[in-house]
Amino acid sequence: MNETFQHILIVFGILFGVLTLAAALIWIERRLLGLWQDRYGPNRVGPLGIFIVVADMIKIFFKEDWIPPFADKKVFVIAPTVIMFAVMMSWAVVPVAPGVVVFDVNIGILFFLAMSSLGVYSTVLAGWASNNKYSLLGGMRMSAQMFSYEVFMGLSLMGVVIMAGSFNLTEIVNAQKNMWFVVPQFLGFIIFFIAGLAESHRLPFDMPEAESELIAGFHSEYSGMKFGMFFVGEYVGVTMISAFIVTLFFGGWLGPVLPPFVWFFIKVMFFICLFILLRAAMPRPRYDQLLSYGWKILLPLALLNVLVTGGLVLAFE
Amino acid sequence: MTLVFYVASAIALLSTIMVVTRYNAVHALLYLVVSLISIALIFFVLGAPFIALLEVIIYAGAIMVLFLFVIMMLNLGEIAVQKEKEWLPKQMWIGPGILSGILFVLIVYTLLQGEQQWAIVEMIGPAEVGAELFGPYIIGIQLAGLMLLAGLIVATLLSKRVKFKEKTEKENK
Repeated sequence: MNETFQHILIVFGILFGVLTLAAALIWIERRLLGLWQDRYGPNRVGPLGIFIVVADMIKIFFKEDWIPPFADKKVFVIAPTVIMFAVMMSWAVVPVAPGVVVFDVNIGILFFLAMSSLGVYSTVLAGWASNNKYSLLGGMRMSAQMFSYEVFMGLSLMGVVIMAGSFNLTEIVNAQKNMWFVVPQFLGFIIFFIAGLAESHRLPFDMPEAESELIAGFHSEYSGMKFGMFFVGEYVGVTMISAFIVTLFFGGWLGPVLPPFVWFFIKVMFFICLFILLRAAMPRPRYDQLLSYGWKILLPLALLNVLVTGGLVLAFE
Repeated sequence: MTLVFYVASAIALLSTIMVVTRYNAVHALLYLVVSLISIALIFFVLGAPFIALLEVIIYAGAIMVLFLFVIMMLNLGEIAVQKEKEWLPKQMWIGPGILSGILFVLIVYTLLQGEQQWAIVEMIGPAEVGAELFGPYIIGIQLAGLMLLAGLIVATLLSKRVKFKEKTEKENK
């Protein structure tokens, strides 16, 4: 009974933590963007403007939630829920601290890949159901982008799996006691980082929404809390990709002096800030450049990484 | 676990029926995704988590997205739904209905006859699947690899030929 209670506590703790972090990101992102772009960002509501989160939430909850008459209603309503579902489910396999994990399975990485591949449906269906040229273009861009980047996202992780000898994320963290996997798997890390960026469709890879060409792309027709779901889904996606980068390449909760949870949090925050810095600093590439870059450079590199890692591990065993 | 199996099977059957009877291609596809995910759940219950997740990653996550991409490219609207309705009158269902009914009776008959052996569940992890694939079934991997390579070469050739055509057209002008 006690164990069940503890498990339930972990489930709600992670859920609460992730959603709070995602909400806080509304403020963190704008302030950091302001800092890096040499302006203030939100600074009126509350100390340092932190209550902008509350103001934004109130605004988004009370806005008219409009479904356009030309849209495919059922699909239009389902689409925003899919992304929340997929990104939150991925958090289930992340070990936050030793023993603190919702779903400790021997196929953790595969579970993450499966959930992130289901997340595509959200954007693609939203684009289709809106029944609008710009949204459709956004949705199509998303499907092609995810389709190409998913392939080597999985491949780039195989180097880590070979070195740790397991798909289990807790075991992967424990295998990094002597050395973080970012050192031997630096190539894998870079490829996973780029693929993760494309997967969470953040700038510079935000082709599906590209506001300068497609208005707002796949969510042009969304308003109120349905738009809010995409918005929060994107932020949870960013925290999720950061958490996986930390777990797979930067030793997860491992670290001296401070408690494990704090180390995990610090590392995740570092990568979230890196994501925001990239948004502030990088221009958006052209769409065909993005795809040919993926297939012609990153895919062969990921394959080479698997081959060399496998060969070396076999040779030293 | 038996309950999970039966519920997942029921969802799989129901959603597959919905796939066949939908007039709108995208709706049919969505039901197909649900059907694939419930089949993955069945694999999971039967002790094959690796296959279950590969089913979700490859079929539900990649191939179905490709299908969706093609359907979206064709941009089928109300007109296509009307056409589908014309092509699929009620009489169409009689033949396939009878045939699958016979199959259903056969399955029920065999299930009632023999002893149920599939209840023995043994967890099969990723390492065992890999050892089997690259051990006794290596020929299958190699054949699949050959086929994919052939497909890749053809696709490259097709995209090259379009470019060549454009070039000659420009020169002719």
